[in-house]
Amino acid sequence: MTGYDLLDLAVRNLRQSKLRNGLTTIGISVGVASLVAMLSLGVGLQQLATRRLAGSGLFDTVFVSSRQDFRGFDRQDDAKTPHPEQAPVLDEAARTKITHLANVTEVEPEIRVMGEVIENGETHFGFVTGLPMSARENEAFDNMKGKFFSNDNADEAILLMDFAKELESKNPTSLIGKQIMLRYGERQALAQEQGEQAPVVGGNSAGSSGDDYGFSVVRKQQPLRVVGIIDQEPYGGMRTVSRGRIFLPVKTTERLNMAQFSDMRSSLRGASGKTYMTLTVRVKDPAKVQGVQDAINQMNFRTFSVLDATKSLRRFFTVLDLFLGIFGSLALAVATLAIINTLVMAVLERRREIGVMKAIGASDQDVKKLFFTEAGAMGFLGGLLGIVLGLGIGKAINFGTAVYLHRRQLPAEPVWIMPLWLVGAAIVFSIVVSLVAGLYPASRAARLDPVQTLKYE
Amino acid sequence: MSEASNKAMSSTTDPAVQTQNVTRFYPMGDSLIRAVDGVSLGIEPGEFVALLGQSGSGKSTLLNLIAGLDRPTSGSVLVHNRDLAKMTSAELARYRRNDVGMVFQAFHLIPSMTITDNVELPMRFAEVDRGERAQRSRESLERVGLGKRLDHRPSQLSGGEQQRVSLARALVNRPRLLLADEPTGNLDSRTGEDILNLIRDISLSMGMTVIMVTHERLLAERFAQRFIFLADGKLVSEEVRA
Repeated sequence: MTGYDLLDLAVRNLRQSKLRNGLTTIGISVGVASLVAMLSLGVGLQQLATRRLAGSGLFDTVFVSSRQDFRGFDRQDDAKTPHPEQAPVLDEAARTKITHLANVTEVEPEIRVMGEVIENGETHFGFVTGLPMSARENEAFDNMKGKFFSNDNADEAILLMDFAKELESKNPTSLIGKQIMLRYGERQALAQEQGEQAPVVGGNSAGSSGDDYGFSVVRKQQPLRVVGIIDQEPYGGMRTVSRGRIFLPVKTTERLNMAQFSDMRSSLRGASGKTYMTLTVRVKDPAKVQGVQDAINQMNFRTFSVLDATKSLRRFFTVLDLFLGIFGSLALAVATLAIINTLVMAVLERRREIGVMKAIGASDQDVKKLFFTEAGAMGFLGGLLGIVLGLGIGKAINFGTAVYLHRRQLPAEPVWIMPLWLVGAAIVFSIVVSLVAGLYPASRAARLDPVQTLKYE
Repeated sequence: MSEASNKAMSSTTDPAVQTQNVTRFYPMGDSLIRAVDGVSLGIEPGEFVALLGQSGSGKSTLLNLIAGLDRPTSGSVLVHNRDLAKMTSAELARYRRNDVGMVFQAFHLIPSMTITDNVELPMRFAEVDRGERAQRSRESLERVGLGKRLDHRPSQLSGGEQQRVSLARALVNRPRLLLADEPTGNLDSRTGEDILNLIRDISLSMGMTVIMVTHERLLAERFAQRFIFLADGKLVSEEVRA
């Protein structure tokens, strides 16, 4: 029998029991829809996560910290390295060395200090962080009000909208262009002669940077011009410098010599001079990140890059997809049983017809193919319907999350994405599953003995 | 009539159908049913033969063996010198499709299809061109006198008409052998006669060999040239019409 005739006869036969075959087809479509909905959710979530990561501008960045720090990114790391006391400190010398590594374009400290803004006689507490000029490419500044810093050493500030509202609840954007007064703690090196009375003991006297014996913190004020207001934290809120409410150019924060938490500790540890808690190393090309990271590890510093995070992220999504897939497949498995049931019924009902077809020249293969085609046709229709249904479920999920995010005043993002390959794969999968389900009924039909089926009236 | 029978009897060509000590046993419970038990017979091309016997005599089983619907337990069934017992199931299907036309007591039309579709069905299995099918099925239906009812369903037709459709379907692949299993069993005597007249006329014009199973001896005597009597699966006697 030709393919056309198979299909023609199959469709005729399916139309003979519209209700039964229709219900089975709907069963398949529900199965396909649930599978597609689940996998699309997995795809959507994965894209959402990677979009956030890519938008955060973290892919070309290595974070460097001293192994002396209490808190590492990787605890296992600590076990195989020398005692933190012997680890090098992240000081100016180290920074220069890293700056001269191949493929490194920018090395900036991550500075985050406590500060206060005095406005209308009231003080408002907030963390101050330093942003490099490269932060401008970050998505947080895409829809900012006002402008980015004019240069990396300007006395300018960008505020987080929440903080701006705190300062000027009625019309926060009116702050742009205005002066605000920032109060902060300045780190002042103690002169050598004062060092004798220094309350803080710096054990190392070999250094010559001028503050061998510690430092003092002096309250200072600095006028800053507000140039912009942003709604979102930069770098997707994922970096130390993200968690601030007042953003300054990084060189400005360095120039103002703001006292940081790490200063105290490194002083206790006997570091000679100024140290950094974290250095952010930007690499020319994301592909070179691993090399730079290895080079810095050689210098016995602790490093972290998003490469590490994406590794575990990918693993997470593989597992998530697997679970979603299994969950979605359950409905399809039930639908498979429905196909088998429907076709076995059809074989029983059409015993006589199958016998007649054999008597007038149908081969066993013809009969088998006919039932296969019927199963495949149901699978195809079920697949198509399932895609439509799945699309509907997806739209509902996206709408639901959009409403939810909107209520929380977050920008809506699609969490459910159905890529074209999934549409094709779902239909093919649906057909394949239906054919497998048709295996038993079809071979049962093919094995029918025509003499038996035609015997009784 | 006598001309045709003379021609058939005097033929020196190979027989159309030849069975050699053919048996068909099947188990039923603990016992073995000997449905066909060592039958040897020969049928010449163009002959109209009636297989007669009581129900359970094995005549239908023998017909099914010749039709290639069933396989013998032992012995051989040669149709135009090809041994059906040695064919694969695909070869048997091709044989049924191209060399045999069958007519049944219960007509066995497919109720969901129009009569045209029913008649076209064997051509689907034979992979006849779609353009050719309509023409051939119409010709075939016209030959049985149903040229005007192409789009009716079997249920809209009388018994006689349904048997005509069944005959048209049997003829559409132009077989050399027409096998009829009690073709008049569900028809009144007049309609039955009409059908047998039609079968005889068509077989003469197309040069077909006809083997008809029946238990109605009187009717058989009017149309068949030779009668083969079966009882308990064995061939008991043969008569040639005078």
